[in-house]
Amino acid sequence: MSGTTLTGPLLTFRHGVHPEEYKELSCHRPIERMPFVEEYTLPLSQHIGAPAKAVVREGQYVRRGELIAEPVGFVSVGLHAPVDGTVTAIGLFDHPNGQMLPAIRIKTDPFSNQRFIPQPPIPPEQIPVADFISAVQRAGIVGLGGAAFPSHVKFSIPEGRQCRYLMMNGCECEPFLTCDHRVMVEFADELIDGTGILQHFIGAEKIYIAIEANKPDAVAILREKAAHSPMPIEVVPLQVKYPQGAEKMMITAILGEEVPSGKLPLDVGVLVSNVGTIVALSQYFRQGMPLIERVLTVTGPAVRRPTNVLVPLGTPMRAVVDFCGGITEDAVRILLGGPMMGMVQKSLDVPVVKGISGILALTDEEVQDITTYNCIRCGRCLEACPLFLNPARMGLLARKGLWEEMEELNVLDCFECAACSYVCPSGIPLVQSFRVGKAMIREKKAREK
Amino acid sequence: MVDPSKLSISTSPYLHDKASTPRIMWEVVYTLLPVFVVAFYYFGLSALLVSMSAIGGCLLTEWAISRPKTQGSTLGDGSALITGLLLALTLPPGFPLWMAFLGGVIAIGMGKAIWGGLGQNTFNPALVGRAFLQAAFPTAITTWELPNGHYWMPRGTNLALPFFQGHPIDAISAATPLSRMKFDHAPTDLFDLLLGNTSGSLGETCGLLLALAGLYLAWRRLINWRIPVSILLTVALFSAVFYAMDPLRYPSPPFMLLAGGLLLGAVYMATDLVTSPLTPKGAWIFGIGIGFLVVLIRIWGGLPEGVMYAILLMNAVAPLINRFTKTRVYGHS
Repeated sequence: MSGTTLTGPLLTFRHGVHPEEYKELSCHRPIERMPFVEEYTLPLSQHIGAPAKAVVREGQYVRRGELIAEPVGFVSVGLHAPVDGTVTAIGLFDHPNGQMLPAIRIKTDPFSNQRFIPQPPIPPEQIPVADFISAVQRAGIVGLGGAAFPSHVKFSIPEGRQCRYLMMNGCECEPFLTCDHRVMVEFADELIDGTGILQHFIGAEKIYIAIEANKPDAVAILREKAAHSPMPIEVVPLQVKYPQGAEKMMITAILGEEVPSGKLPLDVGVLVSNVGTIVALSQYFRQGMPLIERVLTVTGPAVRRPTNVLVPLGTPMRAVVDFCGGITEDAVRILLGGPMMGMVQKSLDVPVVKGISGILALTDEEVQDITTYNCIRCGRCLEACPLFLNPARMGLLARKGLWEEMEELNVLDCFECAACSYVCPSGIPLVQSFRVGKAMIREKKAREK
Repeated sequence: MVDPSKLSISTSPYLHDKASTPRIMWEVVYTLLPVFVVAFYYFGLSALLVSMSAIGGCLLTEWAISRPKTQGSTLGDGSALITGLLLALTLPPGFPLWMAFLGGVIAIGMGKAIWGGLGQNTFNPALVGRAFLQAAFPTAITTWELPNGHYWMPRGTNLALPFFQGHPIDAISAATPLSRMKFDHAPTDLFDLLLGNTSGSLGETCGLLLALAGLYLAWRRLINWRIPVSILLTVALFSAVFYAMDPLRYPSPPFMLLAGGLLLGAVYMATDLVTSPLTPKGAWIFGIGIGFLVVLIRIWGGLPEGVMYAILLMNAVAPLINRFTKTRVYGHS
């Protein structure tokens, strides 16, 4: 590899799995900008929390970067036009999550040059924390790692709490995905700048940039940038292991400390953010550019030209895939996100939304149809589970519908990384049965209230 | 563009480890092959005949029972073959073939099928078959042969007709190292125990090979290493206490480890995935329990050997151990 020091024992968490990475398909491909298409569809719900409320009318002309929907309540974010164009419809459209949900449809202005007009920078030193929080909310910034949790909620440190460590999550432990990798390599300056903005308001003692050791170029570049920064930044290469990028696993790897059950990273003094999110933060504060586009990885053996693409939000996935050469005939699964926690798609006629980190097309070479056998109690799932749960036993309980017993075994702690299902030699859909179990337990609790 | 009707829908994860249950079973089968080669080397044709009979009983029963309820049969998962192989390894070389076959039928029928098939049984099926044979044919199963000798001749009562014990073809029967120790206080040369040059069941005599197989299985993570380690440590320590008290009366720890079926049991029987505890802590409790029972039975029991009953007894406790050894979950103190 390159001249970075990635030898010696690397930090990590206990347990976990080593799926094949498949990152070489796209990890050396520089980010390409997706050309503008004719029409964009922007669901009002692209984040966790209340859907945004449209502030435009049908027929209204909007400029690229203009606010088209405003947040409703605190756990909600704004939404902006990705192009200059005309609002043609506000109504129900297909959402990547499978539902029909309210969205704003914009027809691109064919005569516009689509230049974003930079806004005057917002100097962090001159605004109070409250303004920072509302700015992030208005900018529509959410966690770009996949969860799409509103960033301003995360950045709001409650009274009496202190964030001692800021962690930039560049692990990208899902196989296939390389968008964070490319963002770290190509937007290193923006990442360091965004880190500085956040640091100004949070005031952490120490900043870690955590990167799985399979991205030595990102480690090298960020180490160099960090060396020239006045901030206490440490770039930490972590062992390549799934799910290294899960918040809790990353914190444990770096600090050797566990996040107590049911608590947040902030309870151990940590704030974790995806690297792409921090780049978006910098772009908003320096150029006034809200979150109107994101980088995603279009890859998989069934994609003709695996690529990392910078895509305006609302672009139809079909257009994105066509830009990457299209999908070959032998595709059997099309996924949004990584293969471990991603979501299957039946149709490409849905728009790109904020939380989508990749479009994957897999063949039956990678997705094997697994024959299901009875549990043989081999214990491999126990050795895979990063939370030291007992998936085998919980799986047997789920089969019998014994939800309460599952709760006693702490199934509610499970964050569905699917390492157990990945290793199960009997092909038992363990994580799926935990999703069902968790839903049943929550439903029961809601009824009792 | 791809035809959407060719796309399928399923839940994550979409990648899967290459290991599958049949692959695990077959890999265990391959590790047993060297053990059979050694059995063949010492006991000749008889080793082959007894094994074929026990395996035949297992496979036929598995086939007959699984065929009506599944498409094809469950023979392909390899677990019935393992049961047959393991049962064969616990039988004396001169054992009547029809009894070995019957043992196989019982092992699969009573040991596995009636519980609901693969993964559902409480007791190790091979040992259920062995326990049945011990109860039904106590003489035949304790009639031992010296190794080597007539290589291509069926030994002992191999060819006895069904429901007859038959008469031994020749009279070279011999006591096992454990019974010589128990009843005559006569130890056996440890070197012979290590290489297998002694009387005993087909697969139990060669300590060295079993130890190597154990290391391989543990390295490949096909067995839980804690189980053999805890069994062997417990037996060594517990018997060392007795040996320290009276070295003339009690067997030495190395002898205890190498003689009889301890290594075979610790490596292949107690580690049966289905019938041993899941949790790491549970595996230690399970192994320590087996170790204690082995020494108790060998030293105070009426039988010279106690590995089979020790494992079966602990099999019965395994579900309870599973229930009470909870794993410490991340983020809970």
